[in-house]
Amino acid sequence: MSDQRNKPAVSMAEIKPELERLHRRGFLRSTLSLGALTMLTGYDLSTHSGVDAALEAILRFDDRVQAALFSRQRLAETYPASAITRPFRFNAYYAEWQVRPVPDNWVLSLGGLVADRRPWTLQKLMALPQQGQITRHICIEGWSQIGQWSGVPLGTFLRRVGADLSARYVNFKCFDGYSTSIDMASALQPQTILALDFEEKPLAPQWGAPLRLRIPTKLGFKSAKNLEAIEVTNKYPGGYWENQGYDWFAGV
Amino acid sequence: MDQRETGRRPAHSVAIRVMHWIGVYAMGCMIFSGWEIYNASPSLPFLFPAWTGLGGWLGGALAWHLSAMWLLFADGIAYLVYGFASGHFRRDLKPPRPAELGQDLGAALRFRLKHHMGHYNAVQRVLYAGVIIAVILQVTTGLAIWKPVQLGWLAGLFGDYPIARGIHLAIMFGIVAFVLVHVALVVIHPRTLKSMIVTVPAEIEESR
Repeated sequence: MSDQRNKPAVSMAEIKPELERLHRRGFLRSTLSLGALTMLTGYDLSTHSGVDAALEAILRFDDRVQAALFSRQRLAETYPASAITRPFRFNAYYAEWQVRPVPDNWVLSLGGLVADRRPWTLQKLMALPQQGQITRHICIEGWSQIGQWSGVPLGTFLRRVGADLSARYVNFKCFDGYSTSIDMASALQPQTILALDFEEKPLAPQWGAPLRLRIPTKLGFKSAKNLEAIEVTNKYPGGYWENQGYDWFAGV
Repeated sequence: MDQRETGRRPAHSVAIRVMHWIGVYAMGCMIFSGWEIYNASPSLPFLFPAWTGLGGWLGGALAWHLSAMWLLFADGIAYLVYGFASGHFRRDLKPPRPAELGQDLGAALRFRLKHHMGHYNAVQRVLYAGVIIAVILQVTTGLAIWKPVQLGWLAGLFGDYPIARGIHLAIMFGIVAFVLVHVALVVIHPRTLKSMIVTVPAEIEESR
C-alpha cells in the first residue's frame, strides 16, 4: 500500500522535455545576468513586454530583408562525396531514443490551395523524377555538417498536384509532433526537395523516414523530418520553433 | 594650425561622443548575446558563464544579435562617413611612423606615456584604427555566416561557412581584448571618461 502511495504519479522521464523547456525559458530569464544588467534588460521573447515586442518587430523586419536577399536562381554550394560528414549528427527537438517509427499505412496528405488533394503513397512519390544533392546543413546553433540527400524537387511536386504557386506559404506537418513552414519562393528553389533517400539509402527513422523536407537555403530546423502532411496557404502557419521565437524566414 | 585655436576645440566633438556611446551599447548587446549563441554549440572547450549571456536562450540571444546588428551597422556607417568627411581620421588617426610607435609603446609599457586630451599618441592611434578595422571585419564575417548562400561570395572570401564562423569568434576575442585595455587606461586617466561625456577643451599638444 505505502509503496503504491509513494510511487510518483508522473515519472521523471515523462516530464523531462517539458522541464528542460521550462528551465530554458523561465528560470534563466528570472536570474540576473551581466548581459541583462548591462543592457538593462532580461528579455528573451517570452515576457510580452515592450522590449520583447520590439525584438519581435525587428525579427519580422529581418524576415523581409532576408526575403529580399533571397534569389530562386542562387544555388547552395554542392560538395564532393568525400566531403560528407561522418558520423552524421542526429538532431531533433527530442533525444534520439524518442524517434518515432513510421506509422502503418503511411501516406502524405495534402491540404489548402491544392487542386488534387489525393494523398500520396511512398511508391507514387518514388515514381516522380528524383534529384540528388550533397549540401551543407547549417544548424541555428552554429554547427554545420555536409550530407547527401535525394528525392523529388518540391517545385515539381507542387506543380504536379496543382498547388497555387502564387500562395505565400507551404506548411509542413510531421507525425513526430513537429511542424514548420516556408515561403513559396524558397519552396520553388530547385534544391528544395522532398527527400526519400539519405546517403543513397531509403531514409532511416532518425533521418526522417519515410519522407522529409531538405532545403539547403534555410537553417536546419526548416528541413522537417517524418512528414505526414503538406498544406499550401496564405495564412501564416508558424511552426514548432518559430512559435517560440526562432526567426521565421531562417534563410542562409 | 594655430595652437590657441587647437586649444579651444573640444577633445571630442558632440557627434563622436554620441556615436561612441551608441556603439558601446550596440557592441555590448552583440558581445553578450554572441556569447549566449556560442554557448548553444561551443567550438572551443569552454562555455561563457550563463550570467554573462543576453537573451536567456538561443532564440532570445539571436533576436538580440539580429536586432542590435542594425544599430551597430547604422552607428558604424555614420562614424565612417563622419570620420572621412570631417577629417577626423586624417587628423587624429594618422598611421604613426615605426620609430614614433616604438618610442610611444616603450613609454606606455613603462607607464610613462603622456596623454594629451584631444590628441592621440602613436599607441592610441594604432589601437583605435585596429579596433575600427576589427569591427568592420566582424560585421563582414557576421554577414557571411548569416547568409552563407545568398552572400556566398562573401563566405567564400573567408574560406567557407565554418571558417568564417571561426574568424567571427576570433575577432570577438580581439575586440574584447581592446575593450579591456581601453577601459583599464580610462581607469588610469579618469578625466578622459569625462571628456567622452561632456565638452572638455582639447589640450595644447607639446611640440615634439
